[in-house]
Amino acid sequence: MTEIASSPPTRVRGFPYRIRIEPRITQPPRWYPLAVSLGAIVVSLLIGGVILSLAGGNPVATYAHIARASFGDAGVFSDTMVKAIPLILIGLACSVAFRMGLWNIGAEGQFFLGAFGASAVILTPILPPDTSPWIFIPVMMLVGMAAGAIWGFVPGLLKAKLNVNEIITTLMMNYIAIRLVDYFIYAKWSESGFQMSPMFPRSAWLPRLSDFAEQVPAFRGLTTHLGLVFGLVAAVIVYLILYRSRMGYEIRLIGDNPRAAEYAGLNITRNTVLVMMISGALAGLAGMSEITGVVHRLQGSISPGYGFTGIIIAWLAKLNPFAVIIVSILFGALILAGRQIQPSGIPKMIQGIILVCLIASDFLLRYQIRIVRRGEEA
Amino acid sequence: MSSGNDLTSQQISPPLVQMKGIVKRFPGVLANDNVDFELQRGEIHALLGENGAGKSTLMNILAGLYRPDAGAILVNGRPVHFSSPRDAIRAGIGMVHQHFMLVPSQTVTENILLGLDEPRFLLNLKKYDQVIEDLGERFGLKVDPRAKVWQLSVGEQQRVEILKMLYRGAQVLVMDEPTAVLAPLEIEGLFTTLRAMVAEGKSVIFISHKLQEVMEISDRVTVLRRGKVTASGIPTEQVTREELARLMVGRDVIFQLDKQPQPPGELILQVDDLHAENDKGIPALRGVSLNVRCNEIVGIAGVAGNGQRELAQVLTGLRKCTGGSIRFKGEIINDKSPRCSIDLGMAHVPEDRTHVGSSPNLSITDNAIMKKYHREPISRGWMLDMPAASQFAQELKRAYDIIAPNVDTPARLLSGGNLQRLILAREISGEPSLIIAMQPTRGLDVGAIEGVHRLLLAQRSAGAGILLISEELDELLSLSDRVYVLYEGKIMGEVTISNGSDSSELVEKIGLMMTGTPLEQINEGIAG
Amino acid sequence: MDLTIVLQAGVATGTVLLFATIGEIFAERAGILNLGVEGMMLIGAMSAFSTTVATGNPWLGLLVAMLAAGLISQIHAFITVTLQADQVVSGLALTFLGTGISLVLGEGLSKAGTISLLPKFSIPLLSHIPLIGPIFFTEQSVLVYVGYLMVPLAWYYINHTRPGMHLRAVGEYPAAADALGINVFFLRYFYVFVGGLLAGLAGATISLAISPGWFSELTTAGQGWIAIGLVIFAQWDPLRAAFGSYIFGALRRLILDIQGPTVILGFSNPFFYNPYLGFFLEMVPYAFTILVLVIGSREALRKRLGAPAALGTPYIRGERGL
Repeated sequence: MTEIASSPPTRVRGFPYRIRIEPRITQPPRWYPLAVSLGAIVVSLLIGGVILSLAGGNPVATYAHIARASFGDAGVFSDTMVKAIPLILIGLACSVAFRMGLWNIGAEGQFFLGAFGASAVILTPILPPDTSPWIFIPVMMLVGMAAGAIWGFVPGLLKAKLNVNEIITTLMMNYIAIRLVDYFIYAKWSESGFQMSPMFPRSAWLPRLSDFAEQVPAFRGLTTHLGLVFGLVAAVIVYLILYRSRMGYEIRLIGDNPRAAEYAGLNITRNTVLVMMISGALAGLAGMSEITGVVHRLQGSISPGYGFTGIIIAWLAKLNPFAVIIVSILFGALILAGRQIQPSGIPKMIQGIILVCLIASDFLLRYQIRIVRRGEEA
Repeated sequence: MSSGNDLTSQQISPPLVQMKGIVKRFPGVLANDNVDFELQRGEIHALLGENGAGKSTLMNILAGLYRPDAGAILVNGRPVHFSSPRDAIRAGIGMVHQHFMLVPSQTVTENILLGLDEPRFLLNLKKYDQVIEDLGERFGLKVDPRAKVWQLSVGEQQRVEILKMLYRGAQVLVMDEPTAVLAPLEIEGLFTTLRAMVAEGKSVIFISHKLQEVMEISDRVTVLRRGKVTASGIPTEQVTREELARLMVGRDVIFQLDKQPQPPGELILQVDDLHAENDKGIPALRGVSLNVRCNEIVGIAGVAGNGQRELAQVLTGLRKCTGGSIRFKGEIINDKSPRCSIDLGMAHVPEDRTHVGSSPNLSITDNAIMKKYHREPISRGWMLDMPAASQFAQELKRAYDIIAPNVDTPARLLSGGNLQRLILAREISGEPSLIIAMQPTRGLDVGAIEGVHRLLLAQRSAGAGILLISEELDELLSLSDRVYVLYEGKIMGEVTISNGSDSSELVEKIGLMMTGTPLEQINEGIAG
Repeated sequence: MDLTIVLQAGVATGTVLLFATIGEIFAERAGILNLGVEGMMLIGAMSAFSTTVATGNPWLGLLVAMLAAGLISQIHAFITVTLQADQVVSGLALTFLGTGISLVLGEGLSKAGTISLLPKFSIPLLSHIPLIGPIFFTEQSVLVYVGYLMVPLAWYYINHTRPGMHLRAVGEYPAAADALGINVFFLRYFYVFVGGLLAGLAGATISLAISPGWFSELTTAGQGWIAIGLVIFAQWDPLRAAFGSYIFGALRRLILDIQGPTVILGFSNPFFYNPYLGFFLEMVPYAFTILVLVIGSREALRKRLGAPAALGTPYIRGERGL
């Protein structure tokens, strides 16, 4: 017999090794996804640093500044937490929706609707200004969540009944929501011509740590408010729903394989609408807490893009409710410090880079790269 | 014992195609283990083996879709390296795949021209329509070049695939399980075409797992088992069916299952004049009437694409019917949700186990409770009792011998056989009164197939009624008590299988029905 | 309020959407969903404007814009085609990235003052046709005329040429195309690039022709997303895309112009007397997009046709090794 030719030559002749990329057949160890996410963040910070220096900035100084400005002392840390609160809630909102394969890009609009609903309680008014906070706050929470839920309901229904792409509908609803709220800020509820509503009565403010400075002197000046509790409790509830409840099972099944869910008899239409409403409600709660806990009035600039950052947070946290909390704190730091950085587009750019690196890194979870000696049986 | 390949050296001309020492690994499996294969000019050479033996892999390598990890391919004595299907086609080797690679929304001509350098830029389809029509005439493959592929029948689509290769000047045609989608009559037509092509100087490699066909059509046979060659290029006339089976499987294969006669019980499923449309809005079921009783297996025979999928979907509530009625345990269930029939005791083993029957990224436990998570004891009010679910999954794993590290493993990591066992376990554990099983053994190896058959027979004895929809006639004949034949959405007739039946006469009757002859006509023909 | 002027300006505004929509049609026909259109348009707008400010040559600005957007689109192509990651998230990431980068690099541009724009002209004979002439062929930017040409060319390319046939095959059934030797991966990269080029062109159209200047995110104001919606309405056909784009363009102009006159159709104009109602007017394009989507989705459901069959699914071939 004549000689057996070897495998087709690859580009590098004589190089004794070959790279093989093959799909994973076993599960990677539990710490692996976390390590990959962390790696993605590190890589993106590096890339961001490169772009920064190209634009004339000093990346090391910038990053150091960010770290100091957000975690330097108790005061700034408290401010970081304040920024983290709406992120936690919106991150949870997006996680729940994404779990079911629903791309809720409308968290920003639902956030605004929540703020709007909470404000309406005071400004319409639904409750008189001297109502006790024990009534004010729960009512504002309910109305805010309901308003957000309605804003999620519309795209949800369109998706469920007519299979209308929810990415675009939720996005369009964002633009509509902002203008709706703008109308009320500029026209109906404007405080003597300024672009904001009148300040809310004291009893409609969410309590902050600094309210207790008399009992605990260390709390002086700390702005962290009750919204943090909302966020933490919501995280626990979302976890319980997703992994221990019937609805959560249905959400996970539909999200993983809608055809199997249909085969198993699940009602996808009902779940779609319900999940969009829950997602909208959580985002609405974020809006309510931001209004009543931070600015205490309805104004235009209540969101530096929380709705979109929440999407990235949900992805970074791999849709895990508890990881959302941690990631939100990190991003809260970025937003807080980012306000002082020029140019102002940097936080958004870094968010984009992080997301890109994250998605790219997802590849490592599904495939493994092996280096094998040529000719050897792998 | 059959002889080795030394007989082939009696032919003086060198082999047209030679594959030597081919090795191909996929993650977790050695698909081809040092395989040699040889094709002579002008022969029909069968490549035989059960599912998963490595036949398709080997031929995909020859067709340029995969690259081997080791080994060589020679065409006309010269070594070749195929880095893409284009290279293989240029060398004269064309493959007709089991699952057709045709773009449904484009016309026959467009599909045949796809990927070629001619026409250069502007599409002048009319000219090529004529060329293709002429080509079809020459080889006896009639098809309308202007038709869009989705409008064609399966048999016609196969002709397009063959024409595609002939148009490119293929000298070697590799046919991957070509009869899987054909009725017995159409199979005869295909065999006639193949013989005509050989007469014109072409050579054919015929991949199959069906012994009968291999015996009928091929000149020589190569047998693969678990990636290795067990017989290489044996002349077909010198070997028996039993020998081939042993070479294929490695042990004596029992051709008859142990089926106890069971008197059928009460009526469990009654279907009257059922009408339904398929995804394209074309009627797929045109007045189907059938019934199933307890303690019996009722088979639905028919070539794929005659309404079987729609039938299963309508019965299980996944598709709305446009007329007729379905009575399950006396209750009308048409247009009720799948949940309704599941709760009444209907189990469904779907055709597509990965895309419909299971959820790939969810754990075995999550998959196991798919049909009972909403009921006690798994469900408690709004919450799920996860420990109970886990325990249930463990029991199923043990009882049905599902091989996996643990019950938290995602379903996508299970092998085909294990996944099917999981699905069967899940469906049977609900103690169903009716099981609708569609293609339950597709893609499984012989051991797994036997296991599935045993489970179905056990359920039959236990009192369930089973509706078995399958394209494997052998399977239907060995398991069913009665068989309906479905053709273009209508029932052509019903035959009863009792122990004394003459199987060849049955096969002939069913075969005729599968190609559109109603039973009355057949009986008249026989009587008159 | 002169309707002719409104429509004339509407055609110009619609050209922006037209480019973006046709670009996305190419990408989606090849099977890749690219949600990063908004980001790519912003990059295009920003680089067109800044290049023109720096060099004084708007044609150069146009070229740079197209290349920049095309380049950034390749990130999405790499992630979705080679790494086979989820196309929705990748597109969103591209939007963030494009928006962020254009904001960072465009810092300070808004104060750059006026620049020389791309030429505007009328077409001699055609501009005299009654009704149509003054709207379509009179005093329009050169890019508008490019748009007119692009529509039939794109349609012809997709439906009546060989490369167009390959494009359609890649988006419908990539496995079939692959088995016949068509390089699915390369074509997908290519058509994503084409989508990027056209999105960059759309952005440049804004900053160099329609609304010259740089206004951060307000430059595009969500038109990239509207374009994606229009692709569905257009049922992936350039001719319908043109129809939808021009209607949207006219709508946007109408919304601006309707706030001007004191009287409309004999009634006193509420938008003039209460400028705050302008907020509701601004909602109209977005609400209209939702409506357009609903129509497009219902039609797709009814006709059982619709998106290229392989849209959104990564093409994975049998393992080959590098």
